Amino acid sequence: MKGAFTLLILLLGFTTGAQVKVDGKITDTKGKPVGGVSITLKDTYDGATTDSLGNFSFLTTEKGKNILEASVIGYKPFQQEIDLGSAPVTLNISMKELVTELKAVVISAGSFVASDKNKGAVLSALDIVTTPSANADVTSAFKSLPGTQQVGESEGLFVRGGSATESKIYMDGNLVNNFFYSSTPGIATRGRFNPFLFKGTIFSSGGYSALYGQALSSALILESKDLPEKTQADLGISVVGVGGGIQHLSKDKKSSWGISYNYSNLLLGFAINKQKQDFYQIPVYHQGDANFRIKTKSGGIIKYYGYISANKTGFRSADIDSTVLKNAFAIENLNTYQNINWRENFGTGWKITTGISYSTNLDDINNELQDANNQKKVITNPSFYAFKNFKLKNRAQYAQARVVLDKKLNGLNVIRFGADYFYSDEKSTYTLYDGTKFTESVTDNLQSVFAEADVFITNSLAAKIGGRVEHSQVVNKWNVAPRVSVAYKFADNSQASFAYGLFYQNPERKYLPTVASLDYSRAAHYILQYQKISSERTFRVEAFYKEYTDLYKTSTSPTGREAATNNNGFGHATGLELFFRDKKTFKNVDYWVSYSFLDTRRDFLNYPKAITPSFAANHTAALVVKKFVTKWKTGFNLSYNFATGRPYYYFAYDNVQNTYVIGDAGKTINYNSMSFSVNYLPKLGKTNAKSFIVWVLGINNVLGQEQVFNYNYNNNGSRKEAVTPPSKRFMFIGCFISFGIDRTQDAINNNL
Amino acid sequence: MKKLFLLAAVSFFTIVSFAQSEKYIASMKANIAAIDTSFKNPANLLDLANKFERIATAEKTQWLAFYYAALCQVNYTYMEQDKSKIDAIADKATELIDKADALQPNNSEISCLKSMIASAHMMVNPMQRFMEYGQEAQTFIDAAMQQDPTNPRPEYLKGQGLKFTPEQFGGGCATAKPILQSSLDKYNKFKSASDIHPNWGKQRVEMLIGECK
Repeated sequence: MKGAFTLLILLLGFTTGAQVKVDGKITDTKGKPVGGVSITLKDTYDGATTDSLGNFSFLTTEKGKNILEASVIGYKPFQQEIDLGSAPVTLNISMKELVTELKAVVISAGSFVASDKNKGAVLSALDIVTTPSANADVTSAFKSLPGTQQVGESEGLFVRGGSATESKIYMDGNLVNNFFYSSTPGIATRGRFNPFLFKGTIFSSGGYSALYGQALSSALILESKDLPEKTQADLGISVVGVGGGIQHLSKDKKSSWGISYNYSNLLLGFAINKQKQDFYQIPVYHQGDANFRIKTKSGGIIKYYGYISANKTGFRSADIDSTVLKNAFAIENLNTYQNINWRENFGTGWKITTGISYSTNLDDINNELQDANNQKKVITNPSFYAFKNFKLKNRAQYAQARVVLDKKLNGLNVIRFGADYFYSDEKSTYTLYDGTKFTESVTDNLQSVFAEADVFITNSLAAKIGGRVEHSQVVNKWNVAPRVSVAYKFADNSQASFAYGLFYQNPERKYLPTVASLDYSRAAHYILQYQKISSERTFRVEAFYKEYTDLYKTSTSPTGREAATNNNGFGHATGLELFFRDKKTFKNVDYWVSYSFLDTRRDFLNYPKAITPSFAANHTAALVVKKFVTKWKTGFNLSYNFATGRPYYYFAYDNVQNTYVIGDAGKTINYNSMSFSVNYLPKLGKTNAKSFIVWVLGINNVLGQEQVFNYNYNNNGSRKEAVTPPSKRFMFIGCFISFGIDRTQDAINNNL
Repeated sequence: MKKLFLLAAVSFFTIVSFAQSEKYIASMKANIAAIDTSFKNPANLLDLANKFERIATAEKTQWLAFYYAALCQVNYTYMEQDKSKIDAIADKATELIDKADALQPNNSEISCLKSMIASAHMMVNPMQRFMEYGQEAQTFIDAAMQQDPTNPRPEYLKGQGLKFTPEQFGGGCATAKPILQSSLDKYNKFKSASDIHPNWGKQRVEMLIGECK
């Protein structure tokens, strides 16, 4: 009995035992102390947390071989076996920092991210719709960022000395042809797609990823939304039309579908905003879309988006070659677009993103010369008058299939590769005044393969290295485009990046077909960037040099058609750009400023020599200011865009030298435009409201400043006429209602 | 003798395991008592979080230890000035509370904590994250209320959130006060299951109500 108790006491004594001290210091691989590290003697209560100097110290009663663990957010966990006796133990431990998204440098040269999720985003998704100069047009918001031109006479993004055709737009990886409504002379058209379709946008003004190609200057990469947050119905009414839609989210929140229809008729809009053109066919648009999204079991998603639009417009403007005649232009357009996409994780770091898209576009254009009574007039002498009466039918279909595989390696390192197949079939029939028809068709099969690696050497140094190989049937050659960007993060969290890349592009459809044997046109980009982003402020400065080679030169055939003849064009662009966004200095005021300097010259198309193209201004600047006054439930947005004058030219044909020469040239006046918008949210804060209402009032060019985009010349260059906006100001009033759901949270989200 | 030895051995193991559970309860109590004072110094809060995590990892089956470790981590995010660090700390809290959840599913207190974690994520950028995390925080509060209607903490969290939401957005004292009052009534009736079960927040609710007078 006694013996047993002794044994018991002995045993207990063994378990309580004498305490021994364990202490030490934790540093990172550079020798800097790491604070907040949890030190644990495995499977015991014993341990400590390091102080700001990395020191720790604790007492333990454990004996013998034990495992000491050290762990802290952002570092690789550490383990070491220690032998605990009676003597104190001192340990100096070095912990390795993990490369994490939070700490790692962002490879950002050349690109602007608009997203609510991405680190390094400079705009939020909502900025795209609340920038007043943009009129809720997807691409226009990017005209308030550096690198873009304030071109108002035609649609598209003119980036760093490149023409609009050098900027391509992708939706969920697939190229979107006819992103804008079909061109009309002298009037810029809008993008077809509703900006609320997208959750994130990457606007690259150069040096973009090897995943994309066929754009010499710029890529605008749009990512459509996944499942909607809620089921809801929307209704909108404005001076330009009416529309409505429904988004339905299934009860299990695993799938959704949606449909919408919009009818636009500019009768009222044009009554309020007088147009300088005489619209005999008021622009009318019917537009419907449908979507479904299904979440798969393993966290992937299948998304479908389909779109159909029918629209027509027709207007008369004075004929430049005469004082009494008019030019009447009419267009009818039918466009469809379908895109289905599948994204899936296969475990072990593999991810697949694949998509198929199909689109069609039909344009019926009718151009007439009309007399004072709006009657068609055919004049054949002088002959150039004859070409003013024509009809043009364009029929196009495009199909694309694409697959991208991602393999995630350790840390943030990723290898990405894939292939892309793009089919296009474009047919056009040109009917002359006398009924002569010219039918031409161009078919292309474009295959591409690409690979890219994100390499994170440390949290402060990373590189994106990629390449793309393409083969187009039209050119019938291979091209190889390497792309590299490197980013380095400094101790103060600012970072410097460099990007280099080669970019190839096929000849534009309108200069085809041709008998000439052509190569790809090519651009090389060199970009140097410095940026500093904190939660309230973004500062960025970027310098670039761009070299164009093998640009297409054109010449005019006897039937008056301009066709590509060779690749002897060339050019360059150099520039410096600044961007600053600040939400901190003025309370509740968010503003950004951007400035671009551009020096560019090129010889392409029918240019007589290397000159600054008419779409390039030397200095461009924009200011956007937003303020939400909670008390009034109203948001005020202002933007001011400025650009120095752009050059304009009259190219005269020299029949002796058989070439174009500059007959006349000049520079337009500086461009100034101030736009203003007000959003009023009367139901804001009314909890359990059945509907949510947003009133929008927007005025473009509030001050009515004179704007000249370019000059049109008459046939012999003796007279010129300014290309100006169709109306001095444009005022928009609209009311948008969402039903079924309390959208207060959305409003807080948007405006807090 | 042999029998005695067996008895001794059995009592030894019971004493050891009793001592073990004594040690658990005592350590938990000491650490829980330290939570309130640790708010003055974030470093202490992190130290406490680590202590709870050590207990939890050693014990393996005590959900409360994981719960308190997560609670300290989430409170730590509220003290963190550098917003860029919050997500990682909140993720750490999620990792801990998920372990508690696995041991004690459908627990109202655990749902409250998940709601607090969602709010922490939201605070990084309320403007952009309200839709996602505001919604998530609300969903967990609703779940917590359903799981235990007598628990005062879901209403405390709801009331607190509303109090700091501008009036124009449907917040403010007017809407928050009745909810906080209801929470206080529940606090007055609330009986914690043990000394170490969650029993915090009453003073804070009283303070919030006081501010709304």
